[in-house]
Amino acid sequence: MSALLTVEDLRITFPTRQGPSEVVRGVSFTLGRERLGIVGESGSGKSQTGRALLGLTPPPGTATAKRLEFDGIDLRSASPKQWRALRGGRMSMVMQDPKFSLNPVMTIGRQIMEALAFHGRSSRAEKKARAMAMLEAVQIRDPERVFRAYPHELSGGMGQRAMIAMMLVTEPDLLIADEPTSALDVTVQIEVLRILDALVTDRGMGLIFISHDLRLVASFCDRVLVMYAGRVVEELKASELDRAQHPYTQGLMNCLPKIDNDTRPLPTMTRDASWAL
Amino acid sequence: MTATLSRREWLLSEQPASRRQARLGQGYRTWLALRANPLAMIGLAIVLTLVVVALLANVIAPYDPIVGGDLRTERLLPPSGTHLMGTDEQARDIFSRLVHGSRITLMVVALVAVIATPIGLLVGTTAGYFGGWVDTVLMRITDIFLAFPRLILALAFVAALGPGIENAIIAIAITSWPPYARLARAETLTIRDTDYINAIRLQGARPVRIIWGHVVPLCLSSVIIRVTLDMAGIILTAAGLGFLGLGAQPPQPEWGAMIAGGRRFIIDQWWVVTMPGLAIFVVSLGFNFLGDGLRDVLDPKARK
Amino acid sequence: MAEALKTGGRSRALPFAWKAVKLIASVALTFLGLLFVTFLIGRVVPVDPVLSVVGDRASQTVYDRVYLELGLDKPLVQQFWIYLQKVFTGDFGESFLTKRPIMDDIIRVFPATLELATFGVILGTILGVPLGVLAAVKQGRLADQVVRVVGLIGYSAPIFWLGLLGLLVFYAKLGWVAGPGRIDISFEYDITPTTGLLLLDSAMQGKWAAFGNIFSHIILPASLLGYFSMAYISRMTRSFMLNELAQEYVIAARVKGVPEWRIIWVHALRNAAVPLVTVIALSYAGLLEGSVLTETVFAWPGLGQYLTNSLQNADMNAVLGGTLVIGAVFVGLNLLSDLLYTLLDPRVRRRT
Repeated sequence: MSALLTVEDLRITFPTRQGPSEVVRGVSFTLGRERLGIVGESGSGKSQTGRALLGLTPPPGTATAKRLEFDGIDLRSASPKQWRALRGGRMSMVMQDPKFSLNPVMTIGRQIMEALAFHGRSSRAEKKARAMAMLEAVQIRDPERVFRAYPHELSGGMGQRAMIAMMLVTEPDLLIADEPTSALDVTVQIEVLRILDALVTDRGMGLIFISHDLRLVASFCDRVLVMYAGRVVEELKASELDRAQHPYTQGLMNCLPKIDNDTRPLPTMTRDASWAL
Repeated sequence: MTATLSRREWLLSEQPASRRQARLGQGYRTWLALRANPLAMIGLAIVLTLVVVALLANVIAPYDPIVGGDLRTERLLPPSGTHLMGTDEQARDIFSRLVHGSRITLMVVALVAVIATPIGLLVGTTAGYFGGWVDTVLMRITDIFLAFPRLILALAFVAALGPGIENAIIAIAITSWPPYARLARAETLTIRDTDYINAIRLQGARPVRIIWGHVVPLCLSSVIIRVTLDMAGIILTAAGLGFLGLGAQPPQPEWGAMIAGGRRFIIDQWWVVTMPGLAIFVVSLGFNFLGDGLRDVLDPKARK
Repeated sequence: MAEALKTGGRSRALPFAWKAVKLIASVALTFLGLLFVTFLIGRVVPVDPVLSVVGDRASQTVYDRVYLELGLDKPLVQQFWIYLQKVFTGDFGESFLTKRPIMDDIIRVFPATLELATFGVILGTILGVPLGVLAAVKQGRLADQVVRVVGLIGYSAPIFWLGLLGLLVFYAKLGWVAGPGRIDISFEYDITPTTGLLLLDSAMQGKWAAFGNIFSHIILPASLLGYFSMAYISRMTRSFMLNELAQEYVIAARVKGVPEWRIIWVHALRNAAVPLVTVIALSYAGLLEGSVLTETVFAWPGLGQYLTNSLQNADMNAVLGGTLVIGAVFVGLNLLSDLLYTLLDPRVRRRT
């Protein structure tokens, strides 16, 4: 499994009134055509890591790295034209809340077709056909109606599936899922994850799954990166999570209620200042 | 007992020991933030200059603003060393007239603010606090006044009451309070159901005391920002009325009226029209700068 | 999976119509209040309205007769009712200056103001929107500062002063444009006024020399109004665009690889257009106010000049009639802007 993505010493800095603040401090990992989960709490830097991989660190933030390669292409020196070809075409991202990540004044169909418009040449009819096929692939019952619908007319789960359709219609090699189910009801989460699972497996894509939900990530991914305060504190296989070494990971695991274990009082995390160094 | 702090440290202390200290500290921090904004400081300087010039007009103006010089030799002189901004058609020194005119401008601005702001606050907070039909009626009245463009309504009032600076002030004040009422009402609505106000209510405070003592102070900062930003508009409306001959009557040196008076001579004696206009422009600009700066400092939502 | 698509389509029309009705009813109520205010202003006048009709040398019997005719003996509420009836039949009374029904006067002068304000708002929009977009995209840099300065001047400079200076520079000194007035006398009888909008009339009748003349007369005052309109529109456009460009869907579009120009002009602007249209309507309304002073400076025979002339001649009925008309148009434009907002935003359309 050759590396699809190589990241070495990624650092993301934001200028603040009190001086520059490093929100990601030296993150390194490689990714093949597998599923990698990045787990962390708010402020751990996981979302920013995801954005940096697409070159979308919001200004005035800056991202630097010793190595940042996608399929042999050095992303650090990619031109805007190269980025436009990569983004959407070979690398894509599913975002958290379809209420906000879909353009409210454009129909779903138009938005999906737009993804195709800038990657490869095809006629309007072909684009429509592919969009409709994608909507069916994400198990939308009435794709014609959804195609003509506006985002606010869809429920959360449907909107997220539309978003997945939009981001996968160009058949990218790498998908970054930034909290894709966090805005959904629990019952809907499972459906959406199942769809994502099937699509990723069928197309042999690499997946980076960013979440705060350790259990979700553990069940979905092959490997897990645990982030805390901008650093990766632990990297391990999902199957080996119960043998975690770092106290933060252990703390996270302990916090998960177990059905056959009556631990009272419920354990809480005691943070050690040394973890943030 | 306590270590002696410098005054600055005392003001910026994170743990104020008394309400007075907290309030003063808050004010000081606001001042520091404002001071960091160069445009706001320019605006403040302009406004202060206006006040000073108005107060010391008699001292600053070199000539009499009403009585002109020699009508044969001193009419319509261009700007020079003796007459900084030239003379008008009645041989009066324009600079002196501008200086004295600043009194009129200041008076208009101050009186309109003093009249319109309490009315707006009262109407807005009452409507917001009581809700129901009180709210509907008061807001309907506010909407009616908002339905007229400001200058037009002021024109109609002055037409009815007769020209003159007092009537102009009343007319402008009448047309100025609606936006403040709207604003105060919006603020009141957000505060009305907070636990803070509920607690006071539980203590048995009567509505008047709640509104006056608690709601109004919370609305005050946004209303102040709005009023300051409005000042420029008020000055322009007053100047417009003056231009149409409806404000201060001649020979009063009202800036708008001065422009109207100099209109005939604009082609060859451009300074008669240009100077008063510049004064209006600069003062309005000053209030706008100051208002923008205050808004950036006091209203974090508007930070962009 | 039992997820349903929320209802859309046909059922959109009915809630919208209902909301429109509610809006119009609310506006009608406000308009009623407007009428009451003008009515009251008319009664506040220190000038005896009877005297302004009969003159001060009329005999007592004539005075009494006119007093009764004007209905001044009746109670206030009844007088208001009479006033209402008259207004709705378009009877504002007679201008004692022109000795003609005020309604006729207003119909005669209104097109001039309409033409000027329309031209102004078109200029303001064509220049203001791109400028605002530019300022938002290049936030903090030179273009942004320029837009801020332009806006500040627009909010601080007296319009009549700029108008006079404009005449001085562009007419008197440079001779680039024609002077005050709508049209030179030599061309005045070339055109038969049909709509009253001279640019339109001359173009429709193919009188191009006259068209050129009219254009050179209107360009300066329209640019003046256009400047103020542009200051407001560009500032609001900038604000709305900044808001949109910070949204998640913009990032999603970038993720898709959509080029930046398309993100700005197709994605963000289309969303900003919703509140922007209401801003343009409001700017139009604001230009009515600006036209009063502008028309005085440029001797433009429109409603604004009519108003100020009547004012200076203490023709109260004409002043009130003019005020009412301007107030009505103002209210109408505000209503239009509310309706447009409802119409354009697919989310709002649905929610009702």
